[in-house]
Order: sequence, then C-alpha cells, then structure tokens
Amino acid sequence: MRDTGGNKGRGLLKTIDWKLVICWLILVMIGWANIYASIHSSEPGSIFDFGCRSGKQFVWIVTALCIAAIILFVLNPRVFEGLSVPIYLFVLALLIAVIFLGIEVKGSRSWFAFGPIRFQPAEISKISTSLLLATVMSQQGYKIGRTKDFIITAMIILLPMMIIVLQSETGSALVYVGFIFMLYREGLSGWLIFLVGMAILSFILTLTASPYVAILVIIAVASLCICLYSGRLKLWLMAGIPLIVFFAFLPTLLDLWSANILGDEGVAALAAADGDYAAAGLHKPLASRIKPLYILLGSAGLMLPFTVFTAYRERNPFSHLAVISTIAGIVLVFSADFIFNDVLQDHQRKRIEVLLGMKEDPSGVGYNVNQSMIAIGSGGLFGKGYLNGTQTTYGFVPEQSTDFIFCTVGEEWGFIGSAALILLYVFLIYRIIRDAERSREAFTRIYGYCVACCIFMHLFINIGMTIGLMPVIGIPLPFVSYGGSSLWGFTALLFIFIALDRNEKKYF
Amino acid sequence: MKLNRENRLIIGLCTAAAILIAKLFSIQIIDDKYKMDAENNSMVYSTIYPTRGVIHDRNGNILVGNKVAYDLLVTPKEVTEFDTLAFCEVLGIEPDFVRDKMQEYYNNRRRIGYQSVVMLKQLPPETYMRFAEIAYKFPGFRGQARSIREYPFNAGGNLLGYVSEVDASFLAKHPDEYKSGDYAGKTGIEAAREKELRGEKGYNIWLRNSRNQVESRYSEGEFDKEAIPGKDITTTIDAELQHYGQMLMANKVGSLVAIEPSTGEILTMVSSPGIDVDMLADIGQHYREIATNPYKPMFNRAVQASYPPGSVFKLVNGLIGLEEEVLTPNTYYPCSMGYHFGRNKLGCHAHKSPINFEESIMMSCNAYYCYILRDLLENPKYNEIDEALDKWREYVMSFGFGQKLGSDFPSELGGFIPDSKYYNRYYKKGGWKATTVISLSIGQGEIGCTPLHLANLCATIANRGFYYTPHIIKDSEHVEIDPKYKERHYTMVDTTHFPKVVGGMYRAVNSGFGSGGTASIAAVEGLEICGKTGTAQNPHGHDHSVFICFAPKDDPKIAVAAYVENGGFGATWAAPIASLLTEMYLTGEISESRKPLEDRILQGNLMDRVKVSK
Repeated sequence: MRDTGGNKGRGLLKTIDWKLVICWLILVMIGWANIYASIHSSEPGSIFDFGCRSGKQFVWIVTALCIAAIILFVLNPRVFEGLSVPIYLFVLALLIAVIFLGIEVKGSRSWFAFGPIRFQPAEISKISTSLLLATVMSQQGYKIGRTKDFIITAMIILLPMMIIVLQSETGSALVYVGFIFMLYREGLSGWLIFLVGMAILSFILTLTASPYVAILVIIAVASLCICLYSGRLKLWLMAGIPLIVFFAFLPTLLDLWSANILGDEGVAALAAADGDYAAAGLHKPLASRIKPLYILLGSAGLMLPFTVFTAYRERNPFSHLAVISTIAGIVLVFSADFIFNDVLQDHQRKRIEVLLGMKEDPSGVGYNVNQSMIAIGSGGLFGKGYLNGTQTTYGFVPEQSTDFIFCTVGEEWGFIGSAALILLYVFLIYRIIRDAERSREAFTRIYGYCVACCIFMHLFINIGMTIGLMPVIGIPLPFVSYGGSSLWGFTALLFIFIALDRNEKKYF
Repeated sequence: MKLNRENRLIIGLCTAAAILIAKLFSIQIIDDKYKMDAENNSMVYSTIYPTRGVIHDRNGNILVGNKVAYDLLVTPKEVTEFDTLAFCEVLGIEPDFVRDKMQEYYNNRRRIGYQSVVMLKQLPPETYMRFAEIAYKFPGFRGQARSIREYPFNAGGNLLGYVSEVDASFLAKHPDEYKSGDYAGKTGIEAAREKELRGEKGYNIWLRNSRNQVESRYSEGEFDKEAIPGKDITTTIDAELQHYGQMLMANKVGSLVAIEPSTGEILTMVSSPGIDVDMLADIGQHYREIATNPYKPMFNRAVQASYPPGSVFKLVNGLIGLEEEVLTPNTYYPCSMGYHFGRNKLGCHAHKSPINFEESIMMSCNAYYCYILRDLLENPKYNEIDEALDKWREYVMSFGFGQKLGSDFPSELGGFIPDSKYYNRYYKKGGWKATTVISLSIGQGEIGCTPLHLANLCATIANRGFYYTPHIIKDSEHVEIDPKYKERHYTMVDTTHFPKVVGGMYRAVNSGFGSGGTASIAAVEGLEICGKTGTAQNPHGHDHSVFICFAPKDDPKIAVAAYVENGGFGATWAAPIASLLTEMYLTGEISESRKPLEDRILQGNLMDRVKVSK
C-alpha cells in the first residue's frame, strides 16, 4: 500500500473525519447568520456587505477555509511535531512584544494592529502551547508523575498564561486552566483537580460567607479524605461530624452566651461600640473577646501533631499531603482578601462581586449580564425567529456580535436552538476525544485532548457568562463569535488535529 | 462501559453541558423574571426632567421662575425621506444646518444606533407647537419638554447666576450625579444652592415592539418614577429695590449694598456693570460677549473687589479711640487745612477749628483722626508700636474687616488690614512710626475692604455695636439656613460708645447746607438718615466716591453702602445713590423735591472716566 508515502495511502477524502469538518462548517455558518442578526438593524445591508461585520466575517470564513485546506492538503502533518519548539518560542516572543507594541483595546494590550487588520497573538498561543505539550509529553520515557517532567509541563502552560495575564487579558489566561483535564487523561493524579476545585471553592466561600465557614469546610473535607483513605469512615462519622456540627454552631452559641451574660441591651451596646473599648480603656467582656475563628484554628492546631504522628506511624504519605493541603488552604483563605483586592483588577473584581451577589448592580457591571439574560430569557422555548429579536437588535446587549453572540442565538432561536448549539459543541468535543483515543500516536492523542480542553473552556466560560453562571470574562465562543483572529485560531487548532488524525488513518 | 479516565472526562463534559442547558431551561422556560410581553416587546426608559426650584425674593415675588421649552429629538434610524424645506421653514432654521446634522448622524450611525439625539435645543413653545401640528410628516422627530429659567424681574443677574447644560469637564467632576444633557447651576445662587434647586430625575418605562415603535406603558406605569421637583429658595433680596438699585448704578462702575441691620439680610446687592437677566436665560449666546466685556460684568464687585474705604473708616478709628480712652467725645483738636508732622502734612479741607468728636464726623476732618491714630499707636499702655498696631488691628477685625465675613456667597474676598509684621517687612523693625502709617487714620494706605464690609460696618453702627453675618438666603418652608446667620457678633468696642458716632453721622446728613456737614445732599425729610461720606484717593484717576448710611436713626431698617469708582467726592455720587435707595425702601417713592437729584443720578454716566485694561 505505501508506495510513495506523502499524500497517497488511502484516499485523501476517505480518511478525513468528515463529521468534525461538518460540525465546524455548521458552527461557522451559525456564527455568520447570528452576527448578521445582531447587526442587521443598526447596519442595514446584505449579509455580504463588506462594510459591516457580517460581510467581514464572510471574508474571515473564506480565508479560514483556505487555512484549513492548506493544513489538510499542503502541509505535511509531521512539521507540527518537528517545529513545535520554534513555533512555541516565536509565539512567546509575539506575546511579549504585544505588551509593548500592541494597541490598547478596552484596557488591555493584547492586539497587534497592521493598518485595519488586528490580530491577537493569544489566539495562536493556544495552538503553539498544545503542540509543544504534545511533543514533550509524547516523548519516550515521559512520566507526568516524575517531578522534573511535571515541572516542565507546568512551565509550558504557565509561561504563556502569565504573559497573557500581564497583557490584562485574565479571561484568555483562564482558558489554560483547562489543560488540567488533558493532564488528568495523561496520568496526573485526580487529586490535583480536586485540590484546584477546593481552592476555588474556599476562595468563593471566603468572599461570600466568611473565613470561618471556608476553613471549616476545608477541615471537614480534609478529615473526610484522610479517614476514607485509611478506611476509618465510621470513626469520621462518629467523631468528625459531631465536631464539625459543633463548630458550625459555635458562633451562634457564643452569641447566645454573651447575650446571657450581658443581657440584650449589653449586646446592642456592644455591637454599637465595638472597637470603642480599646479607645475608652475598657476591657471588653470575656464572652465577646473570644472569636470563634480562633477557637476553630486552635483546635485544628491541636489536632495537627496527632494526625501527623498517626500518619508517620502508619507510613501514610497521603495524610501528610492532606495536612499540607489543609494548611495551604487556610493560608489561601487568609490571603483571599489580599488576592481579591490587590491582585485582581477593578473590573474583574466588580464582575466577581456581581456574580457572587456581593453587590447588587443592575445598571453598572450587572447591566451586561442582566440585559444578556433578559435577551436569552425572552427567547422562550422556540425563540422569536431569525432576525426578529428585539433585545439584541436594538443594542441593549453589549458586544453582541463578539462575546455575547450567544444572546442572539438564545433570543431568536429559543431554548431548542440554544440547547441544540450546546449539544453540537458537545458532539464536537466528544468526537475529538474519541478520535484522540483511537489514535496510535501519543502526540495526536495529547494534541487532541488539548484541542478538546480549549474548546470546552471557551464554551463553558462564554455561555456561562451570558446566562449568569460565570463572571463576565470576555472570551469568544469558538467558531461563532465575530472576529478574524479567533476564527482563524480555532480553525487552525481544529484542522491541525484533523490533519494529524487523517495522517494516521491513511495507512490503516 | 468501564470507568477509565477517558469516560470520566466525557461524563464531566456531559455534566457541564447539562448545567448550561439546565440554567438555560430555567431562564428561558421556568423563570418569568426574564420574560417580556408575549409580543416580543422590550422596555424603553424615557427620562422625565424635574422642574428646577423657584427662587423668590423676600416679599414672595418670583426672581427666577421656570418656563417650558422644547428640545427637538431625532432618532436617525427612524427618519425617512422628508420635506427639508417645510421642516426648516416651520422651525426657522437653514437647510444647510439640517443637511450637516443628518450627515453627522450618518457618520456616527454606529455609535448612535437606535438612540435619540438632540437636534435643536430650547425651542420656544410657539415654534414647537407649529412643528407639532405637522410632526406626522416627519417620522423620527419628536419634542421633549425641558424647563428652562425665566426672570420676571430684571434684578440681580450677578447674584442669581446662570444655569446651563453640563459640559464634559463638569461631568468629569461629578461623574455619578449628572448625565450628559442635564442642566446645572454654574454661578451665583444657582450654583451655591444647586443641591436644593435641581430636584431628582424620574423616568417612564415604555414597551417597544420589534419594529422599535413605542406601543404602551410598561405595567401601566407601575414601575415609573416621578421626577421630584427642586426645592424653592427664598432670598433676602427685595426685587423691586434691587431693580431700582441697578437703575441708579447704571452707567457707573461700582457697588451698592443694602442690609437689614436687625437680621443681616441683604436687601440689595448691585455690582455695576452687571449681567442682564435676559442674557442669563440664554447664556450660551451671550457668553462670549460677557467674557470679553472690559468692565468684567461677571465680576461681583460687591464681594470680590478690594478698595480703600476712605473717610468712612474714620468711624472705626473714632470708636477704637473712645474704647482705648485716648479721647473723649469732648476732646477738641485743631485743624489748619490738615495735620502737620515734621515737614509733611496730611491735608484737609476748610472747616471751622477746633472741633469735637461729633463735629469731626460731621465735617470729616482728617487732622482729628491723625491725632487719634497717633495717640492709639503711641499709647504708653503698649510697650512698642508693634503691639499697639496689632491691638488696633484686632479691634478693626472685630468689625469684620480683613477677613471673609462668612456670607453665603460662593466667592467672597477677605480684604486686607496690615499688621506690624507687614510694616516690619517693609521698613524693618523700628524703621517706622505712627506718622509713617498715618494714612490708616483716614482709611487710606494699605487697607483693603469690599463694599460688603462697608455695608456691614454701617449695619454694625446702626445696631449700636453688633452685626449679623450678611446673607442672601432666607429660611423658608423647604430650606433652612445655617444657624450661624442668627448669631450676633459684637465688636470689641463697648456699645455705649456707638451713640456718639451715630450722633456725628446724623449731623453729617441733617445739619443743612452751609453748616459744614458733608452729606447734606443725602438728607430726606422725616427719614432721619445717618451717614458718612468718603472720598478714597485713587492714584490711577478720579477719586472713588463712597457713602454709607442707615435710617431711621432709632430703630434702623436699612443700612446702605455705595461705592462708585472714579465718582469723585463722596457727596457727589455715592451719597445721592445711597440716600435715594434708602428713601425708596422706606417710603416706596422719591419725594417731589428730590426728583431732580434722582434724574441727575439716573442719567449720570461715568463710564468714560473708568480706565479699563483691554
């Protein structure tokens, strides 16, 4: 069969995963139609009018098609593996350069401008990172469990991520967190995902509830894990749960106690004069000086040596790790305020505040989300019909052809249409994972998972944002949102995978 | 299916998708909160602008009212072909203007989108009504009622200030309170009382169909918000008196201030030349004209110009002398055409000699006050002249001089009273003596004060020793003034000394021509006006004419200060103006015998005497 190699082998067109290509085509067409719907009233003209966004998107689509064809039919898929290091370094250089040479768009410097054409290097850095990850991790003898390998892998992901954060594009950087799913598939301990999840949970709990609640949850989960691991679930149920329940009600109990001692008026006066005691040189009553948080930390501190000792005796490294994670978690809880106030930028903080319901703000930051949810909500089951949307057409939803394009889908196509769109994405991602799993080469598999992770993160964050599940993070919906950079980037990302996949199949 | 990592990830994917779809299901199908009307409507907010608070005078007359004008709004997206000529004719505008505007909207079409923009501002109702009759021919155009200012009296342009649309720099300073298109008070009372006057905006919520046409009220107006009108303000100004004062000061540069001594309320405050209220209503049109006027009509001289007080200040020095016991009311001093010291002399005019304290006020003798100041500064009570001068300054400041009085004007000037440090810097310590600063005795030299300070001095003397901080806003139903305006401020001079000064002021006016009284021209039969003239020397041209007076002598109702730049003797211009104002306030008319005087003042023009920097 293998006569001259190259593009021969099994028929070119037979080996391509046409389902992926068709998925791509449908998504791109949906995007194009919806971009037209979102602008047709403010810029009347035909869908092909090059003066407006739908016309431009048509140009992007045609060029994206060319890119796809070049990747499929012209380039030898082997080059991706061979050139992954220089490509990665080149993109890294672009990412750094854009900080200094780029133009400022909405407070972030992440775009190059060549005359009328704008281009965002962050879009291709997903490809270069995926390629390098696939190259490094598919090497003989690579083991993710080995510290050296793990650190190299982490660096490959974190380097572009940090530079993108420096560009003030925290949203785009968040997408890289998705690579953790690929790492999991490649053997990373599931506990890592669990830890990341716990970290996010305790961060949110600290901000919305209190450090007390966050620490209690961390301790409860950690002790449960330790007990589960060493098969002492019964002990945890009998000793752990009552303790946790006790601590959960401790603040209330303390309040009641001080109320009994001081009487109701005393408590009221205390609440009013909290902090004035020091100034007045008075001693606060004992009951009110005991902060429940310190009792909790104190008891946890007493338990620690005991847990460590037991773990040491039983040679149980898991417990050690659990204890370390718990301490790290408590540190995170106490630094949550710092991260929230000093690391995050103003607009990001506001978005998180609104999402977590810490502040009601229907006219400011919450306005976008509120309008977007009204637009989607007003679609109902069947939608208002193509080009009949009112909320999206009259400019109530901001960024409606880029980041908020899903509003137009939701409003005009209703629940049926938007659910179908989500299912289409699910099918696309599922199909990529299936193809990746079937491939014989680790390189193709790992790259495939990277593609799936990127598309998934964009899908979940973008749609989650428009329906109020996620804070407003400005990242596009793959293949659908308006924009050349993003369409080209995702098309290349996907078609490199299709090419790799086809390259394998053609010999089998 | 075995639970390997691939499958776990796929389950995770499906769970995430399920979460998204569940949330979609909840907002699209279950939750009514996000639903609009079944007919695919969307909400439109239209702003209701509040009417601004009305400004009343002390008698309930409206100084500043409101009238309706219309802004013509256009929604460029809804405009179809229309008859431009008919449109221009009915609105009285040029076709080019319309063409330029439409081109501008087209260029900015993406930014404007479906919004409405203001095309013409503040159309008078007559014009708008003519347009409204044929408005159906011009889809996309509509009117929006705005309330704009109206001034029934031509009184107090400078005091009232103007209202105009907020500009970009104003918006930058008040980011949350104002939106583009709002009006705000920029100067005078309008600015000082903006918070009370402006009111609160409201809105109507309308429903709009998918063709962007407004159809009906949302929930029958249940969620609409009414605009809250601004609070009315009552000023202490007497509109008619203010108007009369402006007429008297016409074609003269200077100020005229009248205070009710028993309350500190400002009855009249004229700064001439001032701003006509007609200009205020349409400040945008006249702003250039006002700003380039060499006489600076925006400049409120009554509180912002610092002048030497001239002989009026002798009253203060006399009172300090009595309190410090360097003289008694029966002290006689000689005057031979002035006060001689060494080879120098501070001149005076011809009058009888020697004279006592009351006569010194009546005849405004310069020498008499040189003796007083010298005795004050060389008083053996004090170790050195520095201490004596600083004590003198303390006395002067207790009359309100040399500092901001604390009135409710946004920009009041403090004036200047020199202290020993000031002279030590000029002449070195020990390098000056009483005769060096002798001109302080007659209110010349380094002293600077505003006409408001002089009116306040007059009110203090009328009250026999205390004043209320002058102010222009009165307590009213909605607005309460600062309690500090109801506190008496006593001077450091004992109240028992004041009647002697009052006696001198009475004789200055009421001794009849030929008696030597300097202000006989101000006398009005039956009104018992007490006054003091001043002629402030002016190295740049004609002397300034100054006069303060109050009346009636016992139970004073009004205290007036007139300061006419380059007017010459106090008795020539300032005294007639102040006395005419007093007469008008107390009797409501000008007596037949004083009509010629009134005519002379009303027609007098001193503008060419005033040097202006162009």
